[in-house]
Amino acid sequence: MSGEGSVTGRSAVSRRRRVLGVLIVVLVIALAWVLIKFLAGDPWRIDGQLVHNPPFRWKLANDQSLPHIWQVFGTMTRPIQPGGPALASLLFDFSVYTARGAALGFALGAGFGLSLGILLAHVRVLERALVPYVVMSQTVPIIAIAPVIVIGLQAGWFSVAIVASYLTFFPVTIGTLRGLRSADPRAIELMRSLAAGRREVLWKLRLPASAPYLFTAFKISATAAVVGAIVGELPAGVRDGLGGALLSFNQYYTIAPERLWAALIFSAGLGIVAFMLVVAAERLFLRGYRQTEELT
Amino acid sequence: MTADQPASASASPVVEVRGARKVFAGQSGQRVEALRDIDLTIGRGEFISLIGPSGCGKSTLLRLIGDLTSPSGGSVTISGKSAHRARLDRDYGIVFQSPVLFDWRTVEKNVQLPLEVSGVPRAERHERAARMLELVELSDFAGHRPWQLSGGMQQRVAIARALALNPQILLMDEPFGALDEMTRERMNLELLRVWQATGTTVVFVTHSIPEAVFLSTRVVVMSPRPGRITDLIDVDLPYPRTIDTRELERYFELVTRVRESLRAGEGREAGEQAEAGRRVRAEGLSA
Repeated sequence: MSGEGSVTGRSAVSRRRRVLGVLIVVLVIALAWVLIKFLAGDPWRIDGQLVHNPPFRWKLANDQSLPHIWQVFGTMTRPIQPGGPALASLLFDFSVYTARGAALGFALGAGFGLSLGILLAHVRVLERALVPYVVMSQTVPIIAIAPVIVIGLQAGWFSVAIVASYLTFFPVTIGTLRGLRSADPRAIELMRSLAAGRREVLWKLRLPASAPYLFTAFKISATAAVVGAIVGELPAGVRDGLGGALLSFNQYYTIAPERLWAALIFSAGLGIVAFMLVVAAERLFLRGYRQTEELT
Repeated sequence: MTADQPASASASPVVEVRGARKVFAGQSGQRVEALRDIDLTIGRGEFISLIGPSGCGKSTLLRLIGDLTSPSGGSVTISGKSAHRARLDRDYGIVFQSPVLFDWRTVEKNVQLPLEVSGVPRAERHERAARMLELVELSDFAGHRPWQLSGGMQQRVAIARALALNPQILLMDEPFGALDEMTRERMNLELLRVWQATGTTVVFVTHSIPEAVFLSTRVVVMSPRPGRITDLIDVDLPYPRTIDTRELERYFELVTRVRESLRAGEGREAGEQAEAGRRVRAEGLSA
């Protein structure tokens, strides 16, 4: 097709535009942050010297609640203990640790969620019997479940992964159920006319047809897995991950709020990376599919 | 209707429908008689069109022949075996009104689908799919995705796929109904060429009279409520049929013949309804 070259051209342009959009949003948020501090924060001081006195006072914008943006990034460059590594490099190591638990949890949860979805889609009786419990499992706060799992399985990154998988499987199960039933009824008849067995209908029709639904579920699950891994670290007393960091910086919040903010930025970053990885996989996997609208 | 089949049909029947009925359970529990007392014999290599107004059960009859639904009574046999057995033996190729191609497969892989399902080895799959695409003149598009093709081309892929296993019977349910008139006429010629090249038996559902006459060896006229066969019309136009066939006097005669037959079926139905209406009114008066 003659249009192919221009299609790639267009996608490159749209990718550049998307990156630009993200940068603009980050910039706007940073500016808003500075502006709020400028208008309603505590007096600005540099080395004890008053440089600016904001005209208003707003509790949520004082130095306790909202540290200066440069304080947050400044603290990343300094070690928290004399002679130790910079906070940013510490947080990076924590992120890698948490990412490991989240990735394993995502894999386990997605695998379990997919299998459960396939099972429920094929056995109607089971669907009616089990779906209420599946839904119920998600109404229990993860904070309440995490200690049970972590203590039952011994603290460690495997138990953390299990907590992450607990949050992961649900969207995948629901997405699978919906996706497996999204196949064109005519296509099902076509397979029937070819005397195709259930397994062939599943592999050649239902699963490929459900792929767009699955990737939507994976996107939700990927971020949920990061949250699950962080929450799972709390009762486990794991000190090597973001969960541990968030917990300890929480305790020092009144002294050094900017550290918690720094940890928060890394946590959010990890969630975004997880999401983007699924988006990349989706682009790769669904590139042959009919494009309805621009994929996220 | 079965008494005087043409010689070709009785010589080696492929499809034999005997006293077939189909009753559906309606929405409010009442029974809807979709087909009543269907007898039909189709000979090897015939091209049969089922024509009639909507609700006459022509698609249901097609689905009965293809074992996509089972009769409430009577029987359907394919070359002496049950329709069910025939489906398991993969004796059918099927083409719907929409092409029903799989987006995630290339054109070639779509044509290979029936071959994969029936366990044909990879090398042979490739070779046969290539031959089928050649037959429908789409070899250049083997690597394309279905959604990159026009509606007519997609339907040609669907035909190639349906023929990939070299089936005994090609079932087509209004395959060109969604195409514009120009494309449709071109597809008609194309289909006749493919039919003659493969020698398969075709059962073709349509509600276009010219299409039915142009394509078929025989036209089966059906009428609704209950769905039944009201006429069988032999189309004695010579093959190969070309665009000039549509100019022949005999062609117009046959089109008129089918149209009148359809109207007669409708008229009978209208008469019955009027009769029923009179009865209801009479009963109402007497009550």
